[in-house]
Amino acid sequence: MALGDILIEVSNVAKHFGEGETRVDALRAVDLTVRAGEVIALLGPSGSGKTTLLNIIGCILAPSAGRVALDGELVFDGKWLRRDLRRLRLDKIGFIFQAHNLLPFLTAQENVALVPDLAGWPTEAGRARARELLDYLEVGHRRAVKPALLSGGEAQRVAIARALANRPRIILADEPTAALDGARAGLVMDLLRRLAVEQEACIVTVTHDEKIFDRFDRLIHLRDGRLADA
Amino acid sequence: MNLALKDIRHGLFRFVLTCFGLGLLMTVVLAMIGIYNGLVSDALAVVKAPAADVWLVEAGTQGPFAEASSIPADTRDAVARMPGVAEAGAVNFQNVEAPHGGRTLRLYVIGYEPGRPGGPQAIAEGRGLGASHFELVADRKTGLVPGETIRLGRNRFAVVGLVEGAMNSGGDPAVYVTLADAMVLQTELDPAAQRVQAARGAVSVKSASVAAVIARMAPGADVELLTATVRQWKHLAAMTQGEQEDLLLASVVDKARRQIGLFLGILLSVSAVVIALIIYTMTMEKLKQIATLKLIGAPDRTIIALIVQQALILGASGWGIGLLLILTVKDYFPRRVVLEPFNTMVLAGIIAAVCLLSSALGVRAAMKVDPATALGS
Ligand SMILES: Nc1ncnc2c1ncn2[C@@H]1O[C@H](COP(=O)(O)OP(=O)(O)OP(=O)(O)O)[C@@H](O)[C@H]1O
Ligand SMILES: [Mg+2]
Repeated sequence: MALGDILIEVSNVAKHFGEGETRVDALRAVDLTVRAGEVIALLGPSGSGKTTLLNIIGCILAPSAGRVALDGELVFDGKWLRRDLRRLRLDKIGFIFQAHNLLPFLTAQENVALVPDLAGWPTEAGRARARELLDYLEVGHRRAVKPALLSGGEAQRVAIARALANRPRIILADEPTAALDGARAGLVMDLLRRLAVEQEACIVTVTHDEKIFDRFDRLIHLRDGRLADA
Repeated sequence: MNLALKDIRHGLFRFVLTCFGLGLLMTVVLAMIGIYNGLVSDALAVVKAPAADVWLVEAGTQGPFAEASSIPADTRDAVARMPGVAEAGAVNFQNVEAPHGGRTLRLYVIGYEPGRPGGPQAIAEGRGLGASHFELVADRKTGLVPGETIRLGRNRFAVVGLVEGAMNSGGDPAVYVTLADAMVLQTELDPAAQRVQAARGAVSVKSASVAAVIARMAPGADVELLTATVRQWKHLAAMTQGEQEDLLLASVVDKARRQIGLFLGILLSVSAVVIALIIYTMTMEKLKQIATLKLIGAPDRTIIALIVQQALILGASGWGIGLLLILTVKDYFPRRVVLEPFNTMVLAGIIAAVCLLSSALGVRAAMKVDPATALGS
């Protein structure tokens, strides 16, 4: 593991929904390579295929054609090559949701600790990891609170902590700063960038937020399901 | 981390309320089972009380409980002399309504010969019947207490003792009087015309008749031999204790038993549907959370455990609450509610099966959920 490792390699990926009259080509022959330590943004008008691409990289949507390799492992080549995609997600991918999607019946701390718990960490180590991340994201004082009582920004930071809990090398975020004000959005992006370097991870973020464009290594533009590198 | 318990604690009030509702439903189911058992055991109480081996009744009848039976009172002497018979006693049975303490008591009057078979097995309070006239031993459920008197027919009877669990198949509590008193009472309660006949001195056939003679056999004696012999006497029929019990269940309580049995079946089906609905709805409400769990990589095992554990906790609490409630209120039922540990265990098994089946429905829905649905807002 080192900075510069190729973590995401998407080759010639296409995705269409429906057939015939109702066919929508969400992605057409997309190639994308992302290396450890990189923080990139996916940009493009609504309907251009950003979420579709993110979901394919996250192994929750199967491409119609093409190949996907994650962290050196070919996972899709016309079909999924791994049966336990969930274990793959647990170990390698952290999602930061648009709607933060914390489990309402768990406290902030438990929401984060659940991931190491599922990954088989010893309970105490998982708890320590959750505490460490929540403190780092400056929501440590809210750790015993359930999501319903967290502010939008606090919930978003807890969700980020959860995404990072099992030290994944691929972090996917769909509009992570949409619920945050300018200053906080900047803080979150700085944090993600620091994580990318420290954990030798890469970060792929869908965003419309022009305030934070300068914080990315690369901006990838999508238009009508094609890359338009700028 | 146990997700099922955390989720229950999160919505504790609602979960407790659901368990309580289910508990009430289980109370009704258990009450029904208890009433069913009570009906059977009450019905048999009157047959079992004399601890007889053989019942001798009027030929061509299925007396004395399923049909009226009338045989000459002196049959008892003839039976007592038969080989193998240790003891024999004549008995008769009648329903009587007696005013007492401002209300009307419905009593089942059992007449027997003190010192011979047919009387109560055990006296709970006071003493048994002495030789004298106009005494009675009452079942505790009559509300009578020793020392009281009560008018039956034209005479006043003194309550000398109490017994427990003596009643007829309709649940009317029994009182024991001497056979002589019972026969007088029967004449008094006969239709008026017959009473007139009796007053004139005309011999009433009924006055010298009893409903049945019961016999206890000497150890090792052959019951079959006795019944075979008795059947040769044209005016008598003989039944063993077992036959008498079967007959009573088949004729007298059969309809009531089937009625309650059917109702119990319906009640169980309703409970099953209610449990299934609750568990299915509980899962459906969590589909989005289940999608999130899948997205962050939770294995099926975690999701199935969440659903199944909650279903089982719900079922177990409902069963527990139901059992607790029925044990608290069962003595307030007008008729006996008899719950055997076996019945409650069977119900537990049925509930567990229903819970598992309905969680299977929920699990199926949960397995189909696409993790991508967690991403939509
Ligand atoms: N499950 C689906 N079934 C059918 N069509 C879909 C589905 N998901 C996406 N699409 C279509 O694919 C295209 C790309 O959608 P996608 O969600 O990737 O766009 P997006 O770039 O994320 O847009 P936005 O900025 O509005 O989120 C759209 O035309 C959309 O309608
Ligand atoms: Mg989108």
